[in-house]
Amino acid sequence: MTLCRNRFRHALRCVALTCCLATPVAASAEDILVHDARGRDVTIGHPTRIVSVGGAVTEILYALGVEDRIVAVDTTSLYPPKAMADKPNVGYMRQLSAEGVLGLNPQLVLAIAGAGPKETIEVIDAAKVPLIMVPETFSEDGMLEKIRLVARVAGVESRGECLANAVSGDLTWLRNLRAKVKAPPRVMFVMSFLDGRAMVAGQKTAANEIIKLAGGVNVADSFDGYKIMNDEAIVAAKPDHVLSMERGKDQVKADAVFASPAFALTPAAQTKSFVAMDGLYLLGFGPRTAAAARDLAAKLDPALAAEAVNFKPASLTVNCRQ
Amino acid sequence: MSVADVKLNAFVTTKSRVRRPPALAVLCVLVAALLLTMLLAATVGAAGIPLTRLPAALGLTTTEPGNALASRDQLILWSIRIPRVAVAAMIGGLLGASGAIMQGLFRNPLADPALVGVSSGGAFAAAGAIVISDSRFATHILFLQPYLLPLAAFMGSLATTIILYRIASRSGRTSIAIFLLAGLAIAAIANAGIGLLVFIADDRQLRDITFWLLGSLSGATWSKAATLAPVLVIGVAAMAFISRGLDVLILGESEAFHSGVDVEQLKRICIVLVSAMTGAAVSVCGVVGFIGIVVPHLLRLVIGPGHRLLLPASVGLGASLLVGADTLARTIVAPAEMPIGILTAAVGAPIFLLILLRQRGLVGL
Repeated sequence: MTLCRNRFRHALRCVALTCCLATPVAASAEDILVHDARGRDVTIGHPTRIVSVGGAVTEILYALGVEDRIVAVDTTSLYPPKAMADKPNVGYMRQLSAEGVLGLNPQLVLAIAGAGPKETIEVIDAAKVPLIMVPETFSEDGMLEKIRLVARVAGVESRGECLANAVSGDLTWLRNLRAKVKAPPRVMFVMSFLDGRAMVAGQKTAANEIIKLAGGVNVADSFDGYKIMNDEAIVAAKPDHVLSMERGKDQVKADAVFASPAFALTPAAQTKSFVAMDGLYLLGFGPRTAAAARDLAAKLDPALAAEAVNFKPASLTVNCRQ
Repeated sequence: MSVADVKLNAFVTTKSRVRRPPALAVLCVLVAALLLTMLLAATVGAAGIPLTRLPAALGLTTTEPGNALASRDQLILWSIRIPRVAVAAMIGGLLGASGAIMQGLFRNPLADPALVGVSSGGAFAAAGAIVISDSRFATHILFLQPYLLPLAAFMGSLATTIILYRIASRSGRTSIAIFLLAGLAIAAIANAGIGLLVFIADDRQLRDITFWLLGSLSGATWSKAATLAPVLVIGVAAMAFISRGLDVLILGESEAFHSGVDVEQLKRICIVLVSAMTGAAVSVCGVVGFIGIVVPHLLRLVIGPGHRLLLPASVGLGASLLVGADTLARTIVAPAEMPIGILTAAVGAPIFLLILLRQRGLVGL
């Protein structure tokens, strides 16, 4: 047993040593001190081998033009599509394998808060590979903070400021758009609809915030997180629109949702208002979120649709890669 | 045959001298309890319908047309709440009865459809359906989509039972011990399969699978009630034919055989009944534990082990317990819902332990 543990420690030390040997070579500029979501101060050099975990993180790294320094991504990194095609995959963000990550010999693991499991994180820490958890708050400030932090970590702060400015401008536009909403549309986000059971997004979810950003009201506001919602409560909530994630067979799903007795009694069923959007685009809270909120607002409120067309989100076209 | 009857009656009457309440009284109490819980369940819910509006909502009194409140109440009551109460009652009945039959068959108070892997098999198939229904393969089975999950759960339970039966029966005879052990092994295999699916599943599917495994009566509709009703009717009808056989089986298989009971046929009927009842229940509400094990146990303490009364009584008590549990599940955290499996386990397991403690002296454990 002791022998075993010693061997394990030895292996860890070897991994750590390799990293330490690799880091000084790459660290050309001065070290950067980062305060991350775990409340720890992490010192990093100029990492050229980054493992990027989380769709929004990968998206920001690509937007900043530092994709050459990414050695691997996780399965939630669906945008841009070439991220998944070009880079090795370390698996699902909540089920990372320590060996899989360390085997890539990374100089930095840049992960969105919530990545795990805990054991893997502990092993990565023990191997002295710098790990930075990017805070995940579903808010306007949270998005900008995320962009600035990732840019700082990658050592491209001016590009980050460029992207943050674009996003910030978009958010201001969006605020003006929201001000024109007369009667906020009542929206219910259905995460999944399984055999008559609806799992609905409550407070403290990305879905709740994106609905608010689009000028709507989340009608399921009396519980936190994603929960199975009571059929009678669904009727009582009176949603005007059902919002959901795009999964290829939306027509079928919309029919199934509105055929259930609970949704059949809601205003949404009368107008057959079922809005489905790409999951990462809608809930990722990355650089494209303002655009997603605009698209959503246009779908929820026909009066806004004409207005929303004029809004061309800068974050989609701006080039912050140089 | 007649000799066996006499013997059997003697056996049962000696037992019933231990001051058992009369059968009619027991059934009356259970029916009354069921009606009471159903009435209670119909009056409470996330959408408040006060007692004053209840008669109108039930359609007992005529309301002036155009009364929006009354028509909304009526819709909620008739298309959401009442079918749910009906489904809860039927599933409770099915689970209670299948537990009682299985315990009688195995002559073991611990036997339960969940124990021999029938529920696990159904749950495994359901989890597979959840994962498959999002894959590329799903485009080929689009027409099945709405029925995929219940169908899969039912087929899973049925397949598990058939495999079990194949393993346990050799040249026309069925070994209960092998059946029980093979059941444990199959439950382990099914659980491994569920584990694999949990590993494959993405975040959203993971939540679906977890909630499915915890069981819930959310999404109960009249059409689900309609699929359960024939299973329950057939089950209750079949009870008349198997109760005497199960009584005699307590003495042992060869004793039962010599008393003129076709033991092999009895086993076959019981196994088919249990798998159909469990499969139907799992297909509608997922895995709801402990009803099948606690209900017959409680009843045996009060009314004794005679199956003629025990089986129908298990239907009644199971139904009222599950209706009560479901009422709690859908009201205590409203507007969200508590998975009912949590409640039945949280209430059922301590009761079960209590019974074990009380009986420890009696059975010499």
